[in-house]
Amino acid sequence: MSDLNNIRLSFNQKITAVNSKDSLQNLKTEFFGKNGLITSQFKNLGTISQDKRKEFASDLNNLKNDLNDQLEKKLLDLETAEINEKLKGERVDVTLPIRSTRVGKIHPVSQVIDEIASIFSEIGFSLAEGPDVETEYNNFTALNTPESHPARDMHDTFYLEENKKILLRTHTSPVQIRTMLNEKPPYKIIVPGRTYRCDSDQTHAPMFHQLEGLHIDKDITMGHLKGCLDYFIKEFFEVKNVKMRFRPSHFPFTEPSAEVDIGYRIENEKIVIGEGDQWLEILGCGMVHPNVLRNVKVDPAKYQGFAFGMGIDRLAMLKYGINDLRAFFETDYRWLSHFGFDPLDVPTNYKGLSR
Amino acid sequence: MIFTFSWLKEHLDTKANENQIVDQLTNIGLEVESIKDSKNELADFKIAKIIKAEKHPNADKLKVCDVSIGGNKILKVVCGAKNARDGLITVYAPPGAIIPKTKFKLTIAKIRGVESSGMLCSESELNLSEDSDGIIELKGKEKEIGKNYFKSNSEKVIDISVTPNRADCLGIRGIARDLTASGLGKLKKIKKNSYTQSFASPIKVSITKDKSQGCLAFGSCYIKNIKNQESPKWLKEKILALGLKPISAVVDITNYVMFDLNRPLHAYDADKIKKEIIVRNAKENEKFEALDGKTYTLQKEMCVIADSKEPLGLGGIIGGTSTSTEFDTKNILLESAYFLPESIRKTARQLNINTDAKYRFERGIDPNSIKEGLEIAAGLILKICGGQASKFYVAGSAINKNKIINFNIEKFSKVIGISITPKEASKILVSLGCDVKTNKNKLVIIVPSWRPDITNDEDIVEELIRIKGFDKIKTVEPTKKREKETLNFRQKLIHLSKRSMASKGYTEAVTWSFTDSRIDTMIASGEKKIEIYNPISSDLDVLRRSIFSNLLVYLKKNQGRGYQDLSFFEVGPVFFGKNPGEQQVVIGALKSGLVNRKSWLEKERKIDAFDVKSDVIKTLIDLGLNEDDLYVSNNTKSCYHPGRSGSINLKSEKGPHLAYFGEIHPAIISNLDFKEKNIYGLEIFLKNLPEPNKKIRISKKNYIVSDFQKSERDFAFVIDKSYLIGNLENIIKKIDSDVIQSVSTFDVFEGGSIPENKKSIAINVVLQSKNKTLTEQDLDQLSQKIIQVVKEKTGATIRS
Repeated sequence: MSDLNNIRLSFNQKITAVNSKDSLQNLKTEFFGKNGLITSQFKNLGTISQDKRKEFASDLNNLKNDLNDQLEKKLLDLETAEINEKLKGERVDVTLPIRSTRVGKIHPVSQVIDEIASIFSEIGFSLAEGPDVETEYNNFTALNTPESHPARDMHDTFYLEENKKILLRTHTSPVQIRTMLNEKPPYKIIVPGRTYRCDSDQTHAPMFHQLEGLHIDKDITMGHLKGCLDYFIKEFFEVKNVKMRFRPSHFPFTEPSAEVDIGYRIENEKIVIGEGDQWLEILGCGMVHPNVLRNVKVDPAKYQGFAFGMGIDRLAMLKYGINDLRAFFETDYRWLSHFGFDPLDVPTNYKGLSR
Repeated sequence: MIFTFSWLKEHLDTKANENQIVDQLTNIGLEVESIKDSKNELADFKIAKIIKAEKHPNADKLKVCDVSIGGNKILKVVCGAKNARDGLITVYAPPGAIIPKTKFKLTIAKIRGVESSGMLCSESELNLSEDSDGIIELKGKEKEIGKNYFKSNSEKVIDISVTPNRADCLGIRGIARDLTASGLGKLKKIKKNSYTQSFASPIKVSITKDKSQGCLAFGSCYIKNIKNQESPKWLKEKILALGLKPISAVVDITNYVMFDLNRPLHAYDADKIKKEIIVRNAKENEKFEALDGKTYTLQKEMCVIADSKEPLGLGGIIGGTSTSTEFDTKNILLESAYFLPESIRKTARQLNINTDAKYRFERGIDPNSIKEGLEIAAGLILKICGGQASKFYVAGSAINKNKIINFNIEKFSKVIGISITPKEASKILVSLGCDVKTNKNKLVIIVPSWRPDITNDEDIVEELIRIKGFDKIKTVEPTKKREKETLNFRQKLIHLSKRSMASKGYTEAVTWSFTDSRIDTMIASGEKKIEIYNPISSDLDVLRRSIFSNLLVYLKKNQGRGYQDLSFFEVGPVFFGKNPGEQQVVIGALKSGLVNRKSWLEKERKIDAFDVKSDVIKTLIDLGLNEDDLYVSNNTKSCYHPGRSGSINLKSEKGPHLAYFGEIHPAIISNLDFKEKNIYGLEIFLKNLPEPNKKIRISKKNYIVSDFQKSERDFAFVIDKSYLIGNLENIIKKIDSDVIQSVSTFDVFEGGSIPENKKSIAINVVLQSKNKTLTEQDLDQLSQKIIQVVKEKTGATIRS
């Protein structure tokens, strides 16, 4: 018994002095080697009397396990110390600059189109498109725009031929015509796209983007139109309440026609949408004129519905506080980097429009 | 359309205040664009007294006046008027005031060394008359010194925007009528002066039966022995409120009636008319001098009012100088006519004239208002200028048979979603001037002649809801139900391609669909350009045939701003013909400058073809294509460097053309004079991307992996310099596609010990079997096969 105690005491004393892998190996040999102190005790087991042997063997095993554990721990400590010593010399200045990468951005117009698609997707609209070059028929005549309408003038519309038969579409409404001619009712579409007018100054660009909406079914009323736009405006501007005003107006392709104003106020030189005592005109809309339906062979006695149109660039300007329309199309790297969106910023229904 | 509240109230009997009127105007579709306080501009002008006027020390013709505007303060004002004298009471404009005539804003200024705070005004400067001979002289106004000179003008001027269908609201009475319909008061009766008409007009009027005669009716009244003069103050102020210049009582009255009743009129000096009035088509190239001082060359089918000699006016558009009325005019012929809107519009467009009369006639004047216009205007002229009026004579006829609409009241709720009673509907329509007979749910509506825009049921529905109020429409919540996909495959590609390009460091641009033909031709040489007939400017004269046409220009502009390492892309239409549909959506991108510019970590290098090749391939993979299906060749087009660009097709050289990539042709770069000349581009043709089978996309392919040992072998071949390594890699892959997992070139070397027309390439081949661990023997056999096949097919030899 006292032998084992002595061995333990001697081991404990010696291991504290160990400071290298070599001396640890020596210590191991001293106790567990062929003639080691522990090994010898096992060899002596046979010499111990029967009645004490069991207890001694148990104590010896415990001692063996304990010393082994200590040796393993010591080895780990030594190795860790060794690595730490080595790492002392390995240093980088983490404050140095990173590898440069080019950062890409999504144009505000694309971002807003994605937002719009996401919002209207929720209430069952699908996206339709049409060509930028249109016939005079689709752009004007089919939309009940009289021959003498001022919009048909050369100083309003870009034509590709002198006879004015082919033009750059002045609105996205001809896509209504294309959709209704090619498909059967009901129709429930939104149409974002490029549109063109001979107009160029601080607030007008010869090309801009429009969003068209069309919903035709058997019983679509002006109440549905109001509900649809109310929903869209709230979702788009990400506000709970929007003060909204429908104002009678006139368009050849809808009747009744309305223009929609939303309330706003200016706070710290920034526009706050939805409340306030100022009004901002943001879109035109109305019930599709029966002449338009007749032109696309849809029976106005059976089907009716609404259409609306709004400026996408303008929506982007309002939502994101952009002042100058012209800047949208000038491809200034500084402007695009400032007003552009991260490509991962994908507007979706489930995670919301903005991060 | 401009008017004042007091003028409106001459037609509208209402207790509503100004704010209520303004709100109601907008609610019924007469959008108020602005309410200008005329006070702001004119309240600055004060009645003032010259205490003392002395000669300017440095100028003979100027005087320095001590001016009082009440109180004790005396102002020093420099004045050039001869009549500036001690004790004169006149009109003073302080610094900050805007002079109506010149729109010039006064400041305190030194005039020949003497500081003048403000100025003393002539009638001409205040737009009151043409009189610029000296400053205004006010008599008996001693008590009003310091008060505002413009009193009645201190009311608000309202500007409303009138939609093209509402010609009737281009007269103040029409606006009043709409307001009464909306319940804002009662329409007053028009006051008429009574007078006797004892003789017939001595001037004969005829309308010729020309082809497409633009004039349907020409009413006239001859008024003799008038004394034309300046208009009385009430009339002058009305004319000024409209933003017009008072001219003479006769002219001002015709303008007044036009704005009051939407009834354009014209007055001729009857003594200058040669014999008679003939309303006819103009002769080809006939000349006409108009009141705007311009001489117009007329075309056939333009409607002119002529005498026996020459055109006196362009019917419904503008009068001529030859018969214009003056202050000394004694006898006049008053015209009240009806012209066809299309005729007016066509003539005005061809001659590029815009007048208040034209603006009204082209929208449609009440054809039944000819006599009423003559009656009221003649009455006013007689009252102000004296004289005797002839009987009215109307040549031709424009009498309109009123339209009758049978309206079922249920139509309203079907369109609007809320109902209206026949009683309410009838009340609204009657107040708008309709005659209505109600029989249960049926309304028989007779539309007034001043509303040519009302022709069918929808027009009636619009009138009813417009007056009832759009705010009464009940909002119906949209249903959240989707029956069709929001985006189709092509639309998803567009969405995804933008995100894909931006995530590769490209900034998205949106540029015009039109471009400069000189640049477009450089890029799309050999193809037919697509011209715009009426371009907005000569450098935006064609539709673009490439995204690069604009993008290159903008890249250059950004270089000019000091940026060199730029990446831009645009996803948008490019055109290949002028017919609808001859366009396709293309991703176009440009990349310029260096990689690792001034980096402490990496070696700086120029952008090269493999940067854009990598971007093209990764984008195509993002868009759902399999890298193994991308066939790369050195086919290219003229806007790229012939040796540093290529094409990607689907699966083989003959497969759908997916993309171009490479260096932009140095000739283009040099032509456009770029600062940083290292520019690469890529184009992806989205329409050629195949639409994958939906089922395959949704369920992934079976998961098969090999647990057997993977081996690698490297080969060095010496091959013809011009041999495309991509082809060599494909040859090796096909030798045993089950075992050869990947083939990749990791070194290309020319020169040194390699013969001049050859190159040395090092290729790494990864080999792995699905069913066993490959032995040394297997690997050697396969290596030998590779060497042998490559030699047979390409002539390459293994480098020892």
